[in-house]
Amino acid sequence: MAILTIRNLTVRFATSTGSFTAVDGIDVRVDKGEVLAIVGESGSGKSVSMLAAMGLLPDTATVTADEMTFDGKDLLRMSPKERRKIIGREITMIFQEPIASLNPSFTTGYQIEEVLRYNAGLSKKAARARALELFRQVGIPDPEEKLKAYPHQMSGGQCQRVMIAMAIATGPRLLIADEPTTALDVTIQKQILDLLMELQEKSGMALILITHDMGVVAETADRVQVQYKGKKMEEADVLSLFEAPKHPYTRALLSALPENATGDRLPTVASFLEGEVNR
Amino acid sequence: MSVVVEGKNIIRDYHIPGSLLRPAKTVRAVKGISFSVERGKTLAIVGESGSGKSTLARIIALIDQSSGGELKIEGKPIDIAKQKPSRDMRSKVQMVFQNPYGSLNPRQKIGDVLMEPLLLNTDIPAAERRRRAEEMLVKVGLPAEHFNRYPHMFSGGQRQRIAIARALMLNPTLLVLDEPVSALDLSVQAQVLNLLRDLQEEFNLAYVFISHDLSVVRYIADDVLVMNKGEAVEQGTREELFAAPKHPYTRELFAATPITDVEAIRERVARRKAMRAAAV
Repeated sequence: MAILTIRNLTVRFATSTGSFTAVDGIDVRVDKGEVLAIVGESGSGKSVSMLAAMGLLPDTATVTADEMTFDGKDLLRMSPKERRKIIGREITMIFQEPIASLNPSFTTGYQIEEVLRYNAGLSKKAARARALELFRQVGIPDPEEKLKAYPHQMSGGQCQRVMIAMAIATGPRLLIADEPTTALDVTIQKQILDLLMELQEKSGMALILITHDMGVVAETADRVQVQYKGKKMEEADVLSLFEAPKHPYTRALLSALPENATGDRLPTVASFLEGEVNR
Repeated sequence: MSVVVEGKNIIRDYHIPGSLLRPAKTVRAVKGISFSVERGKTLAIVGESGSGKSTLARIIALIDQSSGGELKIEGKPIDIAKQKPSRDMRSKVQMVFQNPYGSLNPRQKIGDVLMEPLLLNTDIPAAERRRRAEEMLVKVGLPAEHFNRYPHMFSGGQRQRIAIARALMLNPTLLVLDEPVSALDLSVQAQVLNLLRDLQEEFNLAYVFISHDLSVVRYIADDVLVMNKGEAVEQGTREELFAAPKHPYTRELFAATPITDVEAIRERVARRKAMRAAAV
């Protein structure tokens, strides 16, 4: 059963040279307990469509959609107050740059307790205890000490663990992870992906993973949606997508992976789309 | 086979000055690394952040000094700490950086970007400089008419082509490429990797290719050097290393690299299904 349904989403940005369409009629559906990967290159609108669902786009953006519902509730027509009860509590999000996502002026403990007090309604004391519990759960070494640490005193991987702890603090039913491991080393990436999958499996929350990395898709997703220039190219379960990609763009992306190189040259996406890319 | 660059036991220390409460200390970022690269060959240096791979790259590119060891370019020992390298030596080694948005001056037209190395290092007259710059633009797959454009008018992949063109203006024998495709989209990455292969063949270039991405390394490298915490934990030909990684750290890197193998996906999907069925 679908937890988030978006139909015909369009996002336009007003720019000095006129309107720019970043997302062009995209449908997104994610079921309860499902891992959906949205994959695309820069400019594919993969982040913008999810920021639109979260209501996090700036005023220059115009968002229209035929339908945007979370668990049967209409996100488009609800009041901002009602929406805030869902965003940050039932739908949470983590971002690409973990160190930049945290406030450098406050300790990580203060920041996660803030979430617990305002979004989960805990008392100061309860928030402190729960914060420690969450830090343990996401595998932060030496959690008591780390609650007192500032973001710059921690590594990128640890900061992402803090972000994940904050994102699961309210027991969300949908977590949106926007390129959560792109800024991290490959061994750390593996740890973070394993952690996300473990949390997803235990809690049964739905997970939307936005990524450009086909390897990450292969190792995490149940279902995959491929986007290109604001449009959806293909949607399939993960096995069918890698086994028999239907859309030429998906085929091009897969064959552009260096590990799939046959012979000396890599086929490029441009050779599939006849100069559509990188004009 | 002629060796273009050779390093013996290269060391680099960084001194962190002390303060009132903290004694000064020395961090050894590169702990004695030896390597050599022949003409037309690629040595890939693989490692994660903090491994010292970029520090080593900057030493090879004659940008930073080493704290010890011996570096030879085309058989001639060079130590920039003791002696400023000659123009000729500088021309032989060029570098391409990771971020093509940061490595080009936004106020400089790309024609000037390409002509500058010639202006600084040679006595070639202006008309000839321009001709060579236009020729190089075409070589890297850009139209010569783009000569008067500014960097912001180009995409990331095009900018990296410009950075590569600039590096080639002085006919170097060695290119040091520090994560040259990491900031690029997959489709553009493939184009730039193809370009690097073509140029290597055409100019018989030696590459030192710094990367964290094993799939890229497998595609481009002849020899591989795996670095961890300043040490070379494993060194060998690409075939040896990818067929049978010996060092535990190399194995860890391999295990952590996501793979897109269909059989692996099939297994994972089946595991997940079984687990769900058990949970219900």
